[in-house]
Amino acid sequence: MAIKYNDEAFKDNVNTNLERDFMRGAVTAAQNKLHGGRLKAVEELGDWEEWRNHGEEIRQHVLNNLDYYLNQLAENVEKAGGHVFFAQTADEATAYVQSVVKKKNATRVLKSKSMVTEEISLNEALEEIGCSVLETDLGEYILQLDDHDKPSHIVAPSVHKNRFQIKEVFVAKLGYPEDGSADAKDLARFVRTILREDYMKAEVGITGCNFAIADSGSISLVTNEGNAGLVTTIPETHIAVMGMERLVPSMEELEVLVNMLTRSAVGQKLTSYVNIITGPKRSEDVDGPEDFHLVILDNGRSDILAGEFKSVLQCIRCAACVNVCPVYRHIGGHSYNSIYSGPIGAVLTPLLAGYDDFKELPYASSLCGACTDACPVKIPLHQLLLKHRQVIVEKEGRAPVSEGLMMKGFSVGASSSTLFNVGTKIAATVMKPLSKDNMISKGVGPLKDWTDIRDFPIVEREKLRDWFDKREKKGGKSNDSK
Amino acid sequence: MIQNRTPFLNKISASLNRTEINAQPPVKEWQHRPVEKKLSHLTSDELMPAFIEQCGVLKNTTIVEVEAAQAMKEIDAAVQKFGGQSVALWDDERLTALGIEQLTTSKWIDEGMAVHIWDSALGRTENFERTNASNIGIAYAEYALAESGTVVLYSAEGQGKAVGLLPNVFIAIVKKSTLLPRMTQAASKIKEDFANTQLLPAAVDFISGPSNSADIEMDLVVGVHGPIFAHYIVLSDQ
Repeated sequence: MAIKYNDEAFKDNVNTNLERDFMRGAVTAAQNKLHGGRLKAVEELGDWEEWRNHGEEIRQHVLNNLDYYLNQLAENVEKAGGHVFFAQTADEATAYVQSVVKKKNATRVLKSKSMVTEEISLNEALEEIGCSVLETDLGEYILQLDDHDKPSHIVAPSVHKNRFQIKEVFVAKLGYPEDGSADAKDLARFVRTILREDYMKAEVGITGCNFAIADSGSISLVTNEGNAGLVTTIPETHIAVMGMERLVPSMEELEVLVNMLTRSAVGQKLTSYVNIITGPKRSEDVDGPEDFHLVILDNGRSDILAGEFKSVLQCIRCAACVNVCPVYRHIGGHSYNSIYSGPIGAVLTPLLAGYDDFKELPYASSLCGACTDACPVKIPLHQLLLKHRQVIVEKEGRAPVSEGLMMKGFSVGASSSTLFNVGTKIAATVMKPLSKDNMISKGVGPLKDWTDIRDFPIVEREKLRDWFDKREKKGGKSNDSK
Repeated sequence: MIQNRTPFLNKISASLNRTEINAQPPVKEWQHRPVEKKLSHLTSDELMPAFIEQCGVLKNTTIVEVEAAQAMKEIDAAVQKFGGQSVALWDDERLTALGIEQLTTSKWIDEGMAVHIWDSALGRTENFERTNASNIGIAYAEYALAESGTVVLYSAEGQGKAVGLLPNVFIAIVKKSTLLPRMTQAASKIKEDFANTQLLPAAVDFISGPSNSADIEMDLVVGVHGPIFAHYIVLSDQ
């Protein structure tokens, strides 16, 4: 599925999603649950700010020495008997994976949830050469069954669907009994039986990589479902795809970051499974892959590394920022029109996929900074959003139309003192016909977008400047009269 | 084989304002060293209550402590409790030393149970099929972690990963002396264990309870792919 979901304008996607009542309630509930869990897990660990500082310095150290550590990783993967393919672009990565699969004459591919393979549209590339590609993460599996619905949350991809909708999908696609229960446990148990057969027949397993370990040539996979364990145990070939920034120097730093990831993502001390995989199976082992391939992807990351958005590469994909974002809470993940939603998506998507389609995203933020506070590796997310806006306006010269007009009007009005005085004085009079009880609920022009959602206070008759003058004259006492 | 390395890494070096990769390993000068203060100074004995408590937090995860001499009785009791029928287990000297053969070659067979001992002579398909048909899988853990209720498994000859993944019930035997506070200590132990070869096993698995998912309405359910129950047997005098 590429990074981008559809060709709709940001505003239209938001409008569509605002009408999805279940989704909005579910997103709020999920945010509350994940955020609450995170706070508890963080509190329980203690010394969280120091952990964040350490997480940040580890990630920055890796980025500053990325060439060294990637080289070390590649050599150690090779020593362990694995293959490494460095892919500059998404196309190079998918072409390599296709070639490996073709060489094996394989058609049955099993996947364990991976953002980076979504980014490069790997499923589509494999389907093109005649493979069946099955997502095994329960949430992803549900979405794939439902005619490739899109993930709406980095960690909980199917959070926008309720159990009844999921049951309907199972009835339609898997022959689940129509009078069967819509209980989560029964639905999950049903999937277990069906997927088990697929696991036993799979020829190639494809995973992402939470963190690679440079000094041992390993990759790590963090799941609760255990699907990554099965995907890397039963098929004869394992292909792991990683964004080039996703590595740590050694097991010591892995431990720190995995702990911060599981606490920040799902409020757990550790997830049920953390699998550390080093090369293919040894000759004396029975299970595990005969062949191990690691695809390391750039796809625009080295440009980010060189620029002012470098710190976004510190991201460990925990979605803590998503779970605290008030904007995400209201518009839901699909509004971002990207596999990366929430604050991290608003920063990352325009960098990976360009401003043409995503220049609105950096404006999908109130700049409240909750994301920055939640980030376990201290990415200054709201500052990066501001930086995007700066780049969009200054370098690209293409702020969203409403902001451009507003700023233009403001600059004309504000640059002439007479116009400014008159303008601010008459504002209250001009707005009067729109108002009721000193609030405006049906605005016109640029105000309409605001008042569709909430009321706008009418402009005070008394201007701040006049109020201030009066206050000065009265000897600094406040004046509350209208 | 490593493909496309040089141009790829050159581009990164250029992004970092250098012409080539630094020859010397980067120096890690950490300014911040948070430490987990609650558990890190405790001995294995002192860690047991925390380990037991965390197993209570994890869904469908149970734990018993038993002397090695009683281990077979305890393993048998656990197998019966989880419904018996069929057992897959590692071909592991440590299980042999505990006397597992009493069960695998006589008692369980006499009771009509199907027993599959992981067998490298059989090849993957046969091992997978027999393990998949088993109700219970038994493995031997290298370490346990008190904080997260975790057992750590290494893959090796005889130590099939599938045993811990395919059956409905996952039973892990672990020595109390290998109970560690948290992943921090496990990370250094693992490094020590393979210091000679500088090569980790193909798989090092940290397992904390059964397979679970909250992907349907954030409702936590167990057994979505792998085991539905996890049961740890801690050998108190080893």
